[in-house]
Amino acid sequence: MKKTTFLGTVAAAALVSGFASAGTLDDVKAKGFVQCGVSTGVVGFAMADANGVWDGFDVAVCRAVAAAVLGDPQAVKFTPTTGKTRFTALASGEVDMLARNTTWTFSRDVDLKFTFVGVNYYDGQGFMVPKALGVSSAKDLDGATVCIQTGTTTELNLADYFRVNNISYEPVPIETNAEGQQQYLAGACDVYTTDASGLAATRATFEKPDDHVVLPEIISKEPLGPLVRHGDDQWGDVVRWTLNALIAAEELGITSANIGEASMKAGNNPEINRLLGTEGNLGEMLGLSADWAKNAITAGGNYGEVFEKNIGENTPIGLSRGLNAQWTDGGLIYTPPFR
Amino acid sequence: MSFQPYVRTDILPEQAPPSTASGPIAWMRENLFATIPNAILTIVAVYFIFSILHEVLPWVIKSSWAAGSLSECRDVIRETYGPDSTGACWAVIRERYLQLLFGFYPPFPGGEANGSVAVEGSMMAYFRVNLTFVFMLVAIAPLLFNSLPRKMIWFSALFPFLAFWLLWGGSIWPPLMVLAGIALGGVAYGVLSKAVSPLAGVIAALVTPVIWWLLLAGPVAGVLHGIAPIGILDVATDRFGGFMLSVIIGVTGIALSLPLGILLALGRQSDMMFIKAMCVGFIEFIRGVPLITLLFVASVLLNYFLPTGTTFDLVLRVVIMVTLFASAYMAEVVRGGLAALPTGQYEAADSLGLDYWKATRLITLPQALKISIPGIVSTFIGLFKDTTLVSIIGLMDPIGLTNVIRADTNWNGIVWELYGFIALVFFLFCFSMSRYSMYLERKLKTGH
Amino acid sequence: MSAITDPPKDGFRPSMLIYDSRYRSMTIQVVALMLFMLGVGWLVSNAAANLAALGKPLGFSFLSDPAGYDINQRLIEYNSQMSHGRAAIVGLLNTLLVAVMGCALATVLGVTIGILRLSHNWLVARLMTLYIETLRNVPVLLWIVLMMAVFIESFPRPNDFRGDNATASMYLNDSVALTNRGFYIPKPEFFDGSLIVVLTFLLSIVAIYVFGKWSKARQAATGQILPNGWIKLAIFFVPSIIIYFIMGSPIGLELPVLKGFNFKGGFHMRNSLIALWLALSFYTAAFIAENVRAGIQAVDKGQSEAAAALGLRPNRTMKLVILPQALRVIIPPLISQYLNLTKNSSLAIAVGYMDVTGTLGGITLNQTGREMECLLLLMLCYLIISLSISGVMNWYNESVKLKER
Repeated sequence: MKKTTFLGTVAAAALVSGFASAGTLDDVKAKGFVQCGVSTGVVGFAMADANGVWDGFDVAVCRAVAAAVLGDPQAVKFTPTTGKTRFTALASGEVDMLARNTTWTFSRDVDLKFTFVGVNYYDGQGFMVPKALGVSSAKDLDGATVCIQTGTTTELNLADYFRVNNISYEPVPIETNAEGQQQYLAGACDVYTTDASGLAATRATFEKPDDHVVLPEIISKEPLGPLVRHGDDQWGDVVRWTLNALIAAEELGITSANIGEASMKAGNNPEINRLLGTEGNLGEMLGLSADWAKNAITAGGNYGEVFEKNIGENTPIGLSRGLNAQWTDGGLIYTPPFR
Repeated sequence: MSFQPYVRTDILPEQAPPSTASGPIAWMRENLFATIPNAILTIVAVYFIFSILHEVLPWVIKSSWAAGSLSECRDVIRETYGPDSTGACWAVIRERYLQLLFGFYPPFPGGEANGSVAVEGSMMAYFRVNLTFVFMLVAIAPLLFNSLPRKMIWFSALFPFLAFWLLWGGSIWPPLMVLAGIALGGVAYGVLSKAVSPLAGVIAALVTPVIWWLLLAGPVAGVLHGIAPIGILDVATDRFGGFMLSVIIGVTGIALSLPLGILLALGRQSDMMFIKAMCVGFIEFIRGVPLITLLFVASVLLNYFLPTGTTFDLVLRVVIMVTLFASAYMAEVVRGGLAALPTGQYEAADSLGLDYWKATRLITLPQALKISIPGIVSTFIGLFKDTTLVSIIGLMDPIGLTNVIRADTNWNGIVWELYGFIALVFFLFCFSMSRYSMYLERKLKTGH
Repeated sequence: MSAITDPPKDGFRPSMLIYDSRYRSMTIQVVALMLFMLGVGWLVSNAAANLAALGKPLGFSFLSDPAGYDINQRLIEYNSQMSHGRAAIVGLLNTLLVAVMGCALATVLGVTIGILRLSHNWLVARLMTLYIETLRNVPVLLWIVLMMAVFIESFPRPNDFRGDNATASMYLNDSVALTNRGFYIPKPEFFDGSLIVVLTFLLSIVAIYVFGKWSKARQAATGQILPNGWIKLAIFFVPSIIIYFIMGSPIGLELPVLKGFNFKGGFHMRNSLIALWLALSFYTAAFIAENVRAGIQAVDKGQSEAAAALGLRPNRTMKLVILPQALRVIIPPLISQYLNLTKNSSLAIAVGYMDVTGTLGGITLNQTGREMECLLLLMLCYLIISLSISGVMNWYNESVKLKER
């Protein structure tokens, strides 16, 4: 009796999802939303509020892509993924793109066959310790108990760092950031290590943030960015240039406030014109409408606005731009020209 | 003067029995301080209860129900109960309990699919989920209570389709078309078993619906939807969460595993060597590995076993693996029921000249299922508790949602309140079910 | 089902494959076999095609690559330069460790609680019912997480032991430290001559066994009962202690000492191990207690009355009459509880205990991206453990079964 539901559901699911065709872009346009893989919850980067609305720095990239492709920043469905399930979800086509603070590494790019379309946050692994311990450098951590968030590159960096410096440590692997924080605050570990942005975000929400310091050593390079499957360059280009459009908009001084005016008619700056589609046919080349970049920028603002709104200095997380400032301000954020 | 012996003319009022023979003191003497070791045990137990309550109660009571964030909570508690007080911050439950119950399911599904800010007031919040839950209780009732009219079983049979449509939404035609497939199968059986042979009928009854589902059901549903677009807002499974997700996975898993489990149990008892080996192998394999590895398979491996490029929903994949998992346990429960039947039942069925399927369908299986109901209920309780493991593969069950809630800057660092609430809800669900199964057990025992 | 049919009157016809009950089961089996093979073949070919498309054909060579990550809890030598295979074995041993510890504690607790639940003491019986119902009706994952949270919040941190105004202190003459990072207990150190002490100790265990046999035979022959417990206890301790002092105390204790960030020296039972162990044991004990209760209640009341009529005291009745009979009822569900505990130990990742799910099915899987191979191996590990547990227990079950002659 009930077994038929099973078959029915399978049939219905097969009907709904069908077989992924060659072009993700066409698929996305056909189904009317972008399926975006995010993390299950990282303060400031991806989190769902009481109404289930996702928000955050990584989420903004998904919304920008949805706005660029479909004209609607709300046309995104989010799939929360864990460190273990994220790559399979992308490889199997369950999600169209992954925006889940994922480090761009050689093996992920080459061996696991993903295309990292760019970097939206330059991060590095750091250490946080209570001030009371009186530690000023990671080299002083001989014999310390270190909480690590697993499922990432973190445990490998840590093992390498301590091995190179010939100091011993006791690793405590933790599944989620929330549990890591709990253990750290209870003193079950001396040190908490994860990406520096995560440390800052975690520290910001402590009852007494000033009792904790982030050590100066950054022991790894963690360029975080959105990624798509190998072999679908058209879709890869869409995501890559949507990210670049956000970056370029900041560089060119286009914000969500003045974009309406700037996109009305062609202005004096030809690059702005090309970007916003008032001149040239960049959108058409991508297979999108002419106002794709305008939509993407309107969705959540330019790169700088997204940064300030979600993780910037005025938020509880309070990250400074640092490496993530525009190249014109001495940072690494840099986009190829829109030409 | 005559001697009048002293005789009392009125009856004395009854005296209370001595306090050592009845009343609270006697009760305590008998039940708490009967022997010295017993008295020691009692004192230890009292101390234990006291020390636990002493720790927990102030925390539970000195709490705050109205606050927007953890730090606000702490301030409120300090203001109300003095500077050193710490207490529970129940405000988080107040703010998020609907999310813990329903996940991200749109509360007012008259509005936008993605926007949470839906059209309010149009319909009762979460009515689709609540309605499904009520229907579910109605559908289960005839299976559990004999006194209800037998006709209600038809509603139970239709319920899965109704539930699917109510929860997932979308057009009403696909579920109807699936239903039509079963009807077609029935018709094919009726026609062919008369016209050709019973065997042809059985084969046709199996093949026709499959052909219908795979080839025709989709297009026909599309056409019909074009003609009569009856449907409600469709809700994707990424919005399913909380206890609703646990119940969906648990109930579907157990409902689907029942037929599968019966087949496996029959197969295991069969004397066809190969069929038996297959069933035993399957059951022992599933029972030998932890559920979490099967969930890993659902989340990372299942796609590999399907034709390149096929994907389907994670919730559905989890339901499939959970069903396989539960069916192995169900098979053992049903096998226990079959084994508990007196051999006389089998022999009587044989002597009536019933063939295997008739004997199973009419004689042995109904009795075996009846005595395995408590076992089925406890399998269900176990499965329902095990649905919490889906949080490890990133589904938003209550435990998965705790991570989401703690990723909110307002509630970062909150632990006990969330776990306590979830534990309480699980306890209420499971405890009432286990009591029910005990009641059934007693009821079934008196039958002999 | 057996069915007697008439012998065939004429030769074999193809329709007999379906209508003759002697051949029909063969037909069904062959059809089932073919369908099964087809199904498996379809799945395997899909998997092969998909893996080839992703460029990672099935292969286990990754197991010999350096793992690159460290594991805190290890029973054998391991460091981050050793292979993924070695890491998997470390994890497997951890799984076995917590499973064995869990089964032992759960049995002890379960039997105690099960018996106490039948106690005449109203309060204790109610308390045990409360325990059983609370533990059984809340998911084990929640218990594990809660136990860890209780553990790290309620024990002092190592820093609290430091300084002149320390808020926490060590127990048993500064030899045991209970911290929220785990328990530090003294570790025996073996010097010259310790071998003889150990040998004496082993010999006395053999002697206890021999004495038990002899005493039983004596009781059967003469009917006299010796104070067995005391004598055994004496054999257990006295010779070893005498030899220990004769040899000049060759076994010392390495005490844990607070050094740097942590205690150093001694055994370190990590918080994750303890939390997982306790949570699993408490949870499983609730189920075992119910089994024990059911087993005891399954013993006929006449048995305990007969024992009382023979003049046996209540504890002897329990030990000699009730429990041996109850065991037959208790053992089969006990096996499945042991299996459940072992399988539930895979939830160790929730508290960061590196069992085989955490190493092979966790970090190794993440770092190498070999989902298929890792999960196959992982399932194989659990399957072997489960089958051996049920094998051993079934054998035991056979041996205590009522022997009908």
